[in-house]
Amino acid sequence: MHQTTEPITNESYLNMDLLRFTTAGSVDDGKSTLIGRLLFDSKAIFEDQMEQIEEISTRKGKGYVDLSLLTDGLRAEREQGITIDVAYRYFATPKRKFIVADTPGHVQYTRNMVTGASTANLAIILIDARHGVIEQTCRHSFIASLLQIKHVVVCVNKMDLVDFSEEKFNKIREEYTNFASKLNIPDIRFIPISALMGDNVVEPSKNTPWYQGGTLMYTLETVNIASDLNMIDSRFPVQYVIRPQSDEFHDFRGFAGRVEGGVFKPGDEVMHLPSGLTTKIKTVETMDGQLEEAFPPMSITMTLEDNIDISRGDMIVKPNNQPESGQDIELMLCWLNEKKMNPGGKYVIRHTTKEARCVIKEVRYKMNINTLHKIEDDKTIGLNDIGRVLIRTTSPLFYDSYNKNRITGSVILVDEFTNETVGAGMIL
Amino acid sequence: MNSYTLSHLKQLESEAIFMMREVAAQFERPALLFSGGKDSIVMVRLAQKAFFPAKIPFPLVHVDTGHNFVETIEFRDKMAREVGANLIVRYVQDSIDQGRAVEEKGPNPSRNGLQTITLLDTIEEFKFDACFGGARRDEEKARAKERFFSHRDEFGQWDPKNQRPELWNLYNGKKQQGENFRIFPLSNWTEMDVWQYIYSEKLDIPSIYFTHKRDIINRGGTLLFSSPFVTLMKGEKVENMQVRFRTVGDITCTGAVESDAATLEQVIQEVATARQTERGTRADDKRSEAAMEDRKKQGYF
Ligand SMILES: Nc1nc2c(ncn2[C@@H]2O[C@H](COP(=O)(O)OP(=O)(O)O)[C@@H](O)[C@H]2O)c(=O)[nH]1
Ligand SMILES: [Mg+2]
Repeated sequence: MHQTTEPITNESYLNMDLLRFTTAGSVDDGKSTLIGRLLFDSKAIFEDQMEQIEEISTRKGKGYVDLSLLTDGLRAEREQGITIDVAYRYFATPKRKFIVADTPGHVQYTRNMVTGASTANLAIILIDARHGVIEQTCRHSFIASLLQIKHVVVCVNKMDLVDFSEEKFNKIREEYTNFASKLNIPDIRFIPISALMGDNVVEPSKNTPWYQGGTLMYTLETVNIASDLNMIDSRFPVQYVIRPQSDEFHDFRGFAGRVEGGVFKPGDEVMHLPSGLTTKIKTVETMDGQLEEAFPPMSITMTLEDNIDISRGDMIVKPNNQPESGQDIELMLCWLNEKKMNPGGKYVIRHTTKEARCVIKEVRYKMNINTLHKIEDDKTIGLNDIGRVLIRTTSPLFYDSYNKNRITGSVILVDEFTNETVGAGMIL
Repeated sequence: MNSYTLSHLKQLESEAIFMMREVAAQFERPALLFSGGKDSIVMVRLAQKAFFPAKIPFPLVHVDTGHNFVETIEFRDKMAREVGANLIVRYVQDSIDQGRAVEEKGPNPSRNGLQTITLLDTIEEFKFDACFGGARRDEEKARAKERFFSHRDEFGQWDPKNQRPELWNLYNGKKQQGENFRIFPLSNWTEMDVWQYIYSEKLDIPSIYFTHKRDIINRGGTLLFSSPFVTLMKGEKVENMQVRFRTVGDITCTGAVESDAATLEQVIQEVATARQTERGTRADDKRSEAAMEDRKKQGYF
């Protein structure tokens, strides 16, 4: 196997950026094999890990090194040969560091994929070249689109089993493109690969002279994600108020949080919500010194010119660009819990740094996530279901549509009795 | 990169700071588990950054096995003093003396497992409801599925099959009376990230991470420090070797690596070319395929 050739020097390491991606595919499409190869070729698998899985593979009488043993880390998973939960994997090349959410298939797929996709910049969707676009492909693509993943890489895998046929590949591409026109995914690419043999994963394949595009690794290293963050609509949810009360910082009152949209600079006129009062930013503080500007996803502390009563859960924005505000909110809601959603039920809701309570007012419809049809005659929302619902919150939220901002546009619902996280909502 | 992108280390830093502030806001009595090892040193720096210019609003807690490298203990005390934090130390030896924990038998009895008992007692004593740990998902495969906010029941146990999903940056710290959380802000960091952060922040670390001469017993390939807690077995001998440590833990099971790395740059170079995980040097994790998972279920870090 080939290894990444360039060494990672200190300088380049300090300047690398970060790509988070998730992998989707039905059972046996080759997810584990693909992730194993990416990890191995970027030297993220160590000898002791390799020895351990080689030893277990042999003991279990497998004829090959089962790379899924790297990701299936829990005892129950190994015993039952299944993957229970989202596992996170890490590797780096000299250009980027990667965080992979490896989401298992099986029953809990929707819940796991939604979880993995919520923080992903990119999704790899695997298709078995022999089977083409199947129901699961549609489901995975719908979830990627719903969660606003801007970049989808469709890997047509097991090309070695179809003689690296250009015709097969083109047919799958056409089928997928047709289907995806119903979705909202701005950047879709197709790569013919063999995860097992390595074709077009890290090295370009000699078996696909007809394919002119980059390898998967090249795509992961170069896809432009800088423009995916919202740098226009300035949003600063207040997370924590810092008051040192020391002699040195006697009157210091700083508002700590993470910038979730736009750019904030000292001198900028800002508005506090919910009060609607305006003031100016005095300083942007960090322990490394004051900053000239702050942008997503920086964690900073802001001080303001005027003394306004501000606490956790409030938001600081620009007066000429305010978020929506209200208590009646439409959501696409994905249900994550065995216990069905209770229509009319009350839940705790978390949105940015704010906590409130809400009641489910109405289920508009449930999605058939395989066909994208709306189901209007069965509105029960259970585990892995996705539906459009209307909620009413106990106090107003300051929000954007999920389309506009993934952070100010998302909520979770928490069961008031078990405290479990039961729902994930995207504001419409 | 254009001017509006953050390097991956800055993104990881921001994520960890976000989490620390979230904990300070959502919980009443958090604590930061601090051993003087490299991960916990990074954690303390992140906590300083999260609350600057205020002091860290929670105590540092060390569960001391008594099987320590003196260098890390000195370092621990010095760092706590320098950042002006309240340091709480509780001893596994006390739990043994009170009969709450029983020393392992054998030629290198480890107190790693016993730490759990002392830790849970300490949590109880101070009514901590959230404890920060420096564990990373890349360390061990049972950790790969760990949450940032890891829920523990009233017995301190982890139930890997019933974890709360974590989406976006919405962390759910709600709990019943008596339950608590372990919080892992470094979840998304790798060993390399930690070293690079130490390098870029110019953080001080204990000398045992750099090359030095030390009396070593080679036990089945693990290079153990020849301390009073390790009994020489038949056929073994003590050798003075040029070594360094990649992790700090109970000295009876933390293996050294032969190394000449004397500077941070050299250590980083070595980490970049290492073919073994850092946990590969820890004998306690080699004991069984699910050693870590089992310890975690019982309430380990
Ligand atoms: N011939 C061939 N087999 C593959 C390829 N990728 C994966 N496989 C095999 O397909 C089976 C399922 O792969 P696995 O990675 O476990 O799939 P997962 O269920 O999606 O994780 C294994 O036997 C793999 O060796 C490929 O590109 N070509
Ligand atoms: Mg698999």
